[in-house]
Amino acid sequence: MKKGVTPQQAAEMIPDGAILMIGGFMGVGSPHRIIDALVDLGRKNLTIIANDTARPNYGIGKLIRTGAVTRAIVSHIGLNPETQKGMIDGSIAVDLVPQGTLAERIRAGGFGLGGILTKTGLGTIAAEGQRVIEIDGEDWLYAPPLKADFALIHADRADYSGNLTYQLTATNFNPVMAMAGETVIAEPREISPVGVIPPDHVSTSGVLVDYIILRGAA
Amino acid sequence: MSPEEIIQRRVARELHAGTLVNLGIGLPTGVSRYIPHNSGILFQSENGIVGMGSPPPEGMEDIDLTDAGGSFVSAVPGAATVDSTLSFGLVRGGHLDATVLGGLEVDEDGHLANWVVPGRMVPGMGGAMDLVSGARRVIVAMQHTARGRPKIVPKCTLPLTSTRRVTLIVTDLAVIEPTDKGLFLRERAPGVEIAEIVAATSASLRIPDYVPEMGLHD
Repeated sequence: MKKGVTPQQAAEMIPDGAILMIGGFMGVGSPHRIIDALVDLGRKNLTIIANDTARPNYGIGKLIRTGAVTRAIVSHIGLNPETQKGMIDGSIAVDLVPQGTLAERIRAGGFGLGGILTKTGLGTIAAEGQRVIEIDGEDWLYAPPLKADFALIHADRADYSGNLTYQLTATNFNPVMAMAGETVIAEPREISPVGVIPPDHVSTSGVLVDYIILRGAA
Repeated sequence: MSPEEIIQRRVARELHAGTLVNLGIGLPTGVSRYIPHNSGILFQSENGIVGMGSPPPEGMEDIDLTDAGGSFVSAVPGAATVDSTLSFGLVRGGHLDATVLGGLEVDEDGHLANWVVPGRMVPGMGGAMDLVSGARRVIVAMQHTARGRPKIVPKCTLPLTSTRRVTLIVTDLAVIEPTDKGLFLRERAPGVEIAEIVAATSASLRIPDYVPEMGLHD
């Protein structure tokens, strides 16, 4: 049986200055109740690793609006002008990473790999300050692994042992982030007894999950 | 016919049955309007779906099923949803037949810039760098000029998306093919004279003896 916590209890575990991976793509498949609790607690100086910062005051965009984020490692902020403004005026350090490279850096962090080699970004400003590695006469861009203190993920369903399923495009970064967080907190839409999820349908094994956000306990 | 419609109808002719295609957000998304339902073309969206369908009927949206811009979509029979690592494995690994992307600038080397205007507009590259590096064919769909200024230039002034040459440029005035011998004018929009295209292009164009009018998809 996994430990169940309220969104508030989850947010209290997360200190100011923590490095967080947060699942979701434009807020689809994001753990919205945990985000709300972090905003309510007024957490500061957070580093966010995520695909994007959603829209102003929606999903991760709530953490941007309240000034909780000082660094963001993301692939896209085009639909959140507040993050763009923060990047331009220097109040948020934004590292823009190509989306596929971001996914693979997180995977490398969670899968025990020393990084990845990719063609993406080679010869562009996204490669500035990065290492180019030549192998058999061919250039590759090296991208180091990413890990986080906490992975905050959304799931469609959890069972009591923490096994998770995802649905449609709400899957996105959630399964790979579940591998790369030191502490993994899952916010499922529904919680079922063990056995309800057939083994073949489990996308994230419960061995990776530390806490489950309790249903309706907000 | 609007400039966007000319571009979208012409791009639609580049897409073929049995292929997997990614349409960028914005103007490229509209290409799907000119693709019949039984075309045999599968659309991929980088947030994690192969077989994306048209927008659902009003009131029947699934909050877990969107495109990469966060707009609600449907899924075609035979669709598959995947996580972000697999989604970009499809892109980088050569499994995507074509991508259609917007552009800010394209130059005589066929290099595309479409993700940032430093200090002014910093949307981020999202999946664009992976798409241009990895898709088998890269089709740029954009207006020929922006506020009267040419977008097809001798050398990109904006940061590049990739150092890989794009396959084809489709604008409201022309179809242009970048090659290792420069930019070839292949087709002109209905009623558009070659001189008009040359005047709207600051890059040097190679002009064959015969430049047909472009055919547009119904």
